[in-house]
Amino acid sequence: MPLPTSALDFGIFNDRRYPLPEVSAMTETINVNINGTTYSHDVEPRLLLIHYLREVVGLTGPHIGCETSLCGACTVELSGKAVKSCAVFAIQCDGAKILTIEGMAANGKLHKIQEAFWNEHGLQCGFCTPGMIMTTKQILDRNPNPSDQEIRHGLEGNLCRCTGYQHIVNAVKAAAKAAGA
Amino acid sequence: MIPQQFEYSAPKTLDEALGLLAEGARPLAGGMSLIPMMKLRLSNPEHLVDLGRIKDLSYIREQGTVIHIGATTTHHDVESSPLLRGKCPLLAETASHIGDVQVRNMGTIGGSVAHADPAADYPAALQALEAKIVLKGAKSERTVSAADFFVDTFTTALESGEIVREVIVPVDGSGTGTSYQKVLQPASGFAIVGIAVRVRKQGDKVAMARIGVTGLSNRAFRATAAEKALEGRSGSPAEIQAVAALVGQGVDANSDLHASADYRLHLASVYAAKALAVALGRIA
Repeated sequence: MPLPTSALDFGIFNDRRYPLPEVSAMTETINVNINGTTYSHDVEPRLLLIHYLREVVGLTGPHIGCETSLCGACTVELSGKAVKSCAVFAIQCDGAKILTIEGMAANGKLHKIQEAFWNEHGLQCGFCTPGMIMTTKQILDRNPNPSDQEIRHGLEGNLCRCTGYQHIVNAVKAAAKAAGA
Repeated sequence: MIPQQFEYSAPKTLDEALGLLAEGARPLAGGMSLIPMMKLRLSNPEHLVDLGRIKDLSYIREQGTVIHIGATTTHHDVESSPLLRGKCPLLAETASHIGDVQVRNMGTIGGSVAHADPAADYPAALQALEAKIVLKGAKSERTVSAADFFVDTFTTALESGEIVREVIVPVDGSGTGTSYQKVLQPASGFAIVGIAVRVRKQGDKVAMARIGVTGLSNRAFRATAAEKALEGRSGSPAEIQAVAALVGQGVDANSDLHASADYRLHLASVYAAKALAVALGRIA
């Protein structure tokens, strides 16, 4: 049997660190709206949302960090709520609306949160940033004027190994200020 | 990490779900414990029934002297509910300590309770609240107390084919003070030790004390010896210290790389004192 060459051949994804899953015929069709575009795909029930987004839809903004639902790099917005997409099955999202980091900028203009992270140096290597920004959106959607403590409590599910968080907290504050201006 | 293959159903009614569960399927609620376990292949269900699409399983309703909370009510719904914040603040406060924002957005009270992680936060509060847990199977429904529900590590009074349908907590009036104090494992957010306290005073004496403990041993429990020692006292700092020292008495404490058994027992007494002091201070 020839080696599979694409993610779809595996039915799942094509990361060679993992043993190849056996190809399964058991799939179901899901319809999801991602960043304003409707997609329809046949997926295995066990396909995680992060793998669906990255390998099937091709949106590689949400990152795979820890794969154990601790680091928050894979955070996306599912029906208005920030979730860790490595701990949700794609099939659970049938009919749902998803927003990823790719959907934040509009008409070639960065979102105010993205601008604030840029201006405040709220990133160094940038790996955690897509998740940080999606969680920041959740924090500000619920509380437009959070205190430092509320920001830190809100970011507990997102790990950054570069910044020491201070500039990220500054960025969230700047984004809140920009949104209120 | 890829879980094993499984069949997936997402019924719209509870009856339909219970029918599938009776045939051996396993329930999926928020998935915040189950999905990571499936990824690690610690759990390999062959058939998952997603409870997320069942209408009317997510609610918070006041009825007389109690509040009913539906199984798929998320931790975020609990922590942000004005009804619970006003009338059962211990549960709302406890929910705000669970995991992180993303976990609280997906995780559900029914799922957490049914999973019965010995370091989960809710069980401490549910013990202190003397909550009732409604279990439903395809053919019958029964109500058990939190004290009887949490049997052992990951082990509850749930029978095969049953799910937690709702949790019932009491309305706490303004004469009640509550607090949840927790030492958390910083990576996972789970409680190394968590203490939920609920106290009521009559005059200057403590008329009722309830102390729920999680993380310390194989299951969440009520520290009844400490409760009894506080009742009838005024709750002075010296009395709080003496009472808090009783919380771990006779407990076979957990030991792991985060905290030895001795250290956990020490933390239990320190955090019980903290929770007692805060709860007594909150009596309006």
